[in-house]
Amino acid sequence: MSITLKINGATREITADADTPLLWVIRDELNLTGTKFGCGVASCGSCTVHVDGEPQRSCVLPISAVGDSEVTTIDAIDTPQGKAVQAAWRELDVVQCGYCQSGQIMSAAGLLTSNAKPSDEDIDTYMKGNACRCATYHRIRAAIHRASDILEG
Amino acid sequence: MSATNKVPMNRRSFLKSTAVVGGAMAVGFNVSGVLAATSESASGASVGFNPFVKIGPDGTVAVVIKHFEMGQGTSTGLTTLVAEELDVAWDKVAVEFAPSHDNYKNLAFGGQGTGGSTAIANSFMQYRQAGAVARDMLVRAAAEKWGVDASTIMVKEGELSSGDNKGSFSDFVEPASKLEPNAEPVLKDASKFNLIGKNKLPRKDSEAKTNGTAVFAMDVKVPNMVYVTVLRSPLFGGTVKSFELGDADKVSGFVDAKVLPNKAGVAIYAESTWAAIKARRAITAEWDNAAAEERGSAEMLSEYNAMLDAEPTYDATGKGNLAETETAAKAAAKSVSADFHFPLLAHAPMEPLNCVIEPTEDGGVRLHDGCQFHMITHPTVAAILQIPPEKVDIVTYYAGGSFGRRANGGSDYHVEAALAFAALGGKTAVKLVWTREDDLAGGYYRPMFAQRAHIGIGDDGKIAAWGHRSVAQSIFKGGPMESIAVHNGVDHFSVEGIVDTPYQLPMALGLTDYESPMPVLWWRSVGHSQSGYTMEVLMDMAAEAAEADPVEFRLAHLDESDDNQARFAGVLKLAAEKAGWDGKPMKGKGRGVAVHKSFNSYVAQVMDVSVDADGAISIDKVVCAVDCGIAVNPDVVRAQMEGGIGFGLGAVMRNEITLKDGVVEQSNFPQYEPLRITDMPEVEVHIVQSDKEPTGVGEPGLPPAGAALANAIYAATGNRVTKLPMASNGVKFA
Ligand code: FES
Ligand code: FES
Repeated sequence: MSITLKINGATREITADADTPLLWVIRDELNLTGTKFGCGVASCGSCTVHVDGEPQRSCVLPISAVGDSEVTTIDAIDTPQGKAVQAAWRELDVVQCGYCQSGQIMSAAGLLTSNAKPSDEDIDTYMKGNACRCATYHRIRAAIHRASDILEG
Repeated sequence: MSATNKVPMNRRSFLKSTAVVGGAMAVGFNVSGVLAATSESASGASVGFNPFVKIGPDGTVAVVIKHFEMGQGTSTGLTTLVAEELDVAWDKVAVEFAPSHDNYKNLAFGGQGTGGSTAIANSFMQYRQAGAVARDMLVRAAAEKWGVDASTIMVKEGELSSGDNKGSFSDFVEPASKLEPNAEPVLKDASKFNLIGKNKLPRKDSEAKTNGTAVFAMDVKVPNMVYVTVLRSPLFGGTVKSFELGDADKVSGFVDAKVLPNKAGVAIYAESTWAAIKARRAITAEWDNAAAEERGSAEMLSEYNAMLDAEPTYDATGKGNLAETETAAKAAAKSVSADFHFPLLAHAPMEPLNCVIEPTEDGGVRLHDGCQFHMITHPTVAAILQIPPEKVDIVTYYAGGSFGRRANGGSDYHVEAALAFAALGGKTAVKLVWTREDDLAGGYYRPMFAQRAHIGIGDDGKIAAWGHRSVAQSIFKGGPMESIAVHNGVDHFSVEGIVDTPYQLPMALGLTDYESPMPVLWWRSVGHSQSGYTMEVLMDMAAEAAEADPVEFRLAHLDESDDNQARFAGVLKLAAEKAGWDGKPMKGKGRGVAVHKSFNSYVAQVMDVSVDADGAISIDKVVCAVDCGIAVNPDVVRAQMEGGIGFGLGAVMRNEITLKDGVVEQSNFPQYEPLRITDMPEVEVHIVQSDKEPTGVGEPGLPPAGAALANAIYAATGNRVTKLPMASNGVKFA
């Protein structure tokens, strides 16, 4: 089927089967490879994008369900929360292999949008679905606090 | 070795420099590994020159990284070594990955590859020398232009000066590129280091990995590429008899399906990853399982246990005294006996395995890969495709983790991609993609291990006899590195961390090999992934039997007049001191300690757990001390300790690959639940100040973690866990 997708501020026409997960449209059709494939079953969070500002696992979101929603990927996140998270991630050198980090950053930006001053517990609860095999969690926690401080100014 | 000496370079085996059109310079090897100047391109693309450092006419510096970056920080580490000696500003240095060429070999292996926590250790002098050679050439060029003695020239952050003369790298690159490189560059004294050991040097890969621009092999797309998934036998060693397409050809984007030439599976070709995944679901195959593994984990475990009971095949300590040692241990007034079981473990790197093979104009191929072991992958791909090795080009990308998985003697996924490429005619680029399900069912696991120990305590309160038996499936036997790993039948990696423990122990060790067609592999810290656990839980049990403090008891078995034992004791004491170890029980809490040496580094950890009203355990905090010689990048060392601890904890807590009638029971993360942020304790890392040569950090953080946790759980609950994973053996986590 032919689909109109609003992504990263642009409108793109694509052809894909209705059941195609948004992830594969983003990666294979639109060549936006910052969004990663880790599990395909919504259990790792590597594929996290924002759909109307809300973090969603794009690996289980059929393209037909996206409709008119605005999709934002790591390649184009420019909300204050997203930028603060990226800055904090760099300041604390959170990344190791980096493969999960697009998803971590999209989730963390979502967390700070809904909760500007999260506690460790808030962070753990919100970020639990984002797995990191390199176990950078210790720094993720610290970087979210740091991003929260950056936002506070 | 001292880290600060003047190192004579071997003219036949080391650096050369080259001048280029446009005035760039590069320092590295020429085609025969000879030091000499030529005017070949410094881009690295030209045949016959393998630079380590490239300096553009505008003074920009690029360091060519011979190891692959899987997160361990090597692109930051090797760059630090060059930048230190070159005296260039950190933010002015770019990073590139080396192509596949023998001049980029790992000096610890003799071939190009990354593993065994060797990246910094083997590159420490080599990359510093490369930086020093380049600096020396720039300085001599400036000396000539200014008419001053080279010794009067200072270099700081890419700026040269002598008296009133001032200039930048860019002013001297062209004349420098025409000079003969100095075969004996003087390296800096450690006291003059500006970057090495500096507490916080920003990682070179942080920016790209936080804005989506870092390129992994999974992100590679080349013209006319088709995507490939492979339907494999559910049993290890099964082969394809026949297959039915089913409705696969109704999947839009489906291209073709073919049996791989080695019959290991059916390759499904499609125009997108999703189509290749979807079409595979529709295909069914008949398998020939005559040579396949059909046992389940339960049967395997009882066979392991039977092998523990039987006379061991090999005497790993070589004194023929296992029986008498066991007898003495059991007869001691105070003694300890325990059996340990360790399950199969998958590496599960976050980026599932994948690579791209594309045809090149000269009839060869280009492999795009997060390549870990060029030395094996390169010739293997050439052999499969029956082309000369010089027609195989490997482009290395960031790897989304590995933990050992991307390197194996059979180069399994590269072989699969090459076969899929050949089966389609060898003219169309293919991208092989594994799903997480393929990864968890794909073999090359950390082998199962079983251990049995009998320990007797003497009248002096010290260990008087330690009889130990191990059963393991050998990783190295039958592989390309068997001759380095196996001696007198003993695969060293089956007994490492036990047979070579720094403790002074009267130990006898017997080993029996388990055999299976299921492939096993090194998994972060290899044999230490279980020997660290075994040894340090046993030391705790022995300390208890001896009624001694666990830290004191360990120290009593170390002779600190020996450097190796002193460093081992040193990290133990440092961790205990920083954690405020006092050996006193705390209500609802438990504290455990463990120390282990691996990859020539020493790591000790003190772990704190708490128990809730339901008896569920939370891991609160880890205090870690590490002695890895000179810590080139202390923050990377800390990150690797944090990561190694987390990776180790997740595994001992709840990870296991199990087979039922030969079929893997875990299909995706929900059944092989990785460590989550909710499980991650606070980690505090202390690095021992040292002027010894740097040793590895990618793996050594892992081995003590499980044992420290087990010892903490025992302290808190009285439950001594010797069978892993803990969650399958009676431990509840919060
Ligand atoms: S790939 Fe979507 S959650 Fe793992
Ligand atoms: S940084 Fe490697 S998986 Fe998170």
